[in-house]
Amino acid sequence: MDDFFLRALLGGIGVAVVAGPFGSFVVWRRLAYFGDTLAHSAMLGIACGFLLHINLTLGVVAVGLLVALALHFMQRRRRLPGDTALGILSHASLSLGMVLLAFMDQVRFDLLGYLFGDILAISRSDILWIFSGGGISLVLLIVLWRPLLAITLHEDLARVEGVAVERTQLIFLALMALIVALMLKLVGLVLVTSLFIIPAATARKFTRTPETMALTASLTGCLAVAGGLWASLTWDTPAGPSIVLSATALFLVSSLLPDR
Amino acid sequence: MNSPPLVSARNIDLSLNGKPVLQQVDLTIRPREIVTLIGPNGAGKTTLLRVVLGLQRPDRGEVDRAAGLRIGYMPQRMPLDLAFPISVKRFLLLAGAVSLDDLEQVLEEVGAAALLESPLQALSGGEFQRILLARALLRNPNLLVLDEPVQGVDVHGQVEIFRLLARIRDLHDSAILLVSHDLHLVMASTDRVICLNRHICCTGNPESVTRNPEFLQLFGAAAVQSLAIYSHDQAHRHEQCQHGDRI
Repeated sequence: MDDFFLRALLGGIGVAVVAGPFGSFVVWRRLAYFGDTLAHSAMLGIACGFLLHINLTLGVVAVGLLVALALHFMQRRRRLPGDTALGILSHASLSLGMVLLAFMDQVRFDLLGYLFGDILAISRSDILWIFSGGGISLVLLIVLWRPLLAITLHEDLARVEGVAVERTQLIFLALMALIVALMLKLVGLVLVTSLFIIPAATARKFTRTPETMALTASLTGCLAVAGGLWASLTWDTPAGPSIVLSATALFLVSSLLPDR
Repeated sequence: MNSPPLVSARNIDLSLNGKPVLQQVDLTIRPREIVTLIGPNGAGKTTLLRVVLGLQRPDRGEVDRAAGLRIGYMPQRMPLDLAFPISVKRFLLLAGAVSLDDLEQVLEEVGAAALLESPLQALSGGEFQRILLARALLRNPNLLVLDEPVQGVDVHGQVEIFRLLARIRDLHDSAILLVSHDLHLVMASTDRVICLNRHICCTGNPESVTRNPEFLQLFGAAAVQSLAIYSHDQAHRHEQCQHGDRI
């Protein structure tokens, strides 16, 4: 087996492990569209990365953080319905990124790779990003686990019981921005949300506690990555969409199984 | 009634989206007192609870909370997602540092001991209210704040929950502030009724409030006549009904 394939598998599994618990929160808290918005804003992050000559992942994380903050405050003022605010941010930042990139005609870049992922071109530095960023995110998520569960169930109740709601929410959104940036390599900005929600939705059926659902989602994600990469190698299909399809296949098989 | 108040809110003014919701509202809750907020829809009952809970800052006015105040809060609704797998036990453990013994004792108290391992989604309306009440009690509160505790519960269950509340006050030495729509049940188990319609229309013990003209106007004489009032505390001091001057 080739080196690039091993790197792809390693990076993919790293991302899937982190995506499981975060994806569970995305499903519980109905943040799918928020994940989408972060992913779309990545195009602006990439453009900023080229423009400022900084690491592209760093650019994506920075823009994602700004978008998350903007959203947090837009929602608190409640002038607009949440999904409307998301739709505006999402598509405005994607379009701005595309327009900025069009101005930079000396920059060569692989648009399809950003849209649908380029896991087979994953580099050692990407792996480093995935494992360090993903590891930090997981540790922080474990620290925030209990307050996040309380907030997910009932925000006001959590607040009355003394949970630092604002701080917890902000840290969680910031971690989401980081993870979306890590996921881009794998499946591209169009497909990021699928990696959050499909494994988590598959895991729901088999689990009775939040923790087992998060772990099962990680495991399902790893299987999907392995299956997708194998399919991609066997039939020469694009890797990102193959991973998403293999996750979908697992979801379909699981929904055919009888309830426990 | 001379012990210092647990919570005292004075001259509360609050507008939401440019509309006045609370005007010049005063509210004092003393230890072991059961206070019920009644009033029509949109009268600001839930908003006033949120001010007491510290979830909403008033535009004007002050809220003083006693040192050592421990609030147990039972929210009106709990939007529970089917995608969230959680058992009653786990849900109750989220209340804070509680031991399994405390948990079983509180469940016993609210009459829901058998539900410990049930998934939260499998509960009926009445069972769910009991679990929410148990969670509030786990905080060992000296003030319980309940927002429509019998919403979505059948009549039989409502009677039981109100009985439970009276017992809880005695067992836990806790004051109770609640919002309710059901005049009949409220009147039977309340020390003091506050009739709210953005301002305080009248306040006093259940009997005196039902004779207040503004109360009659809000709820209709027919509804009030059908009220069976059980005075549970004959020695209770009759308070003066303040007549609202703003209509």
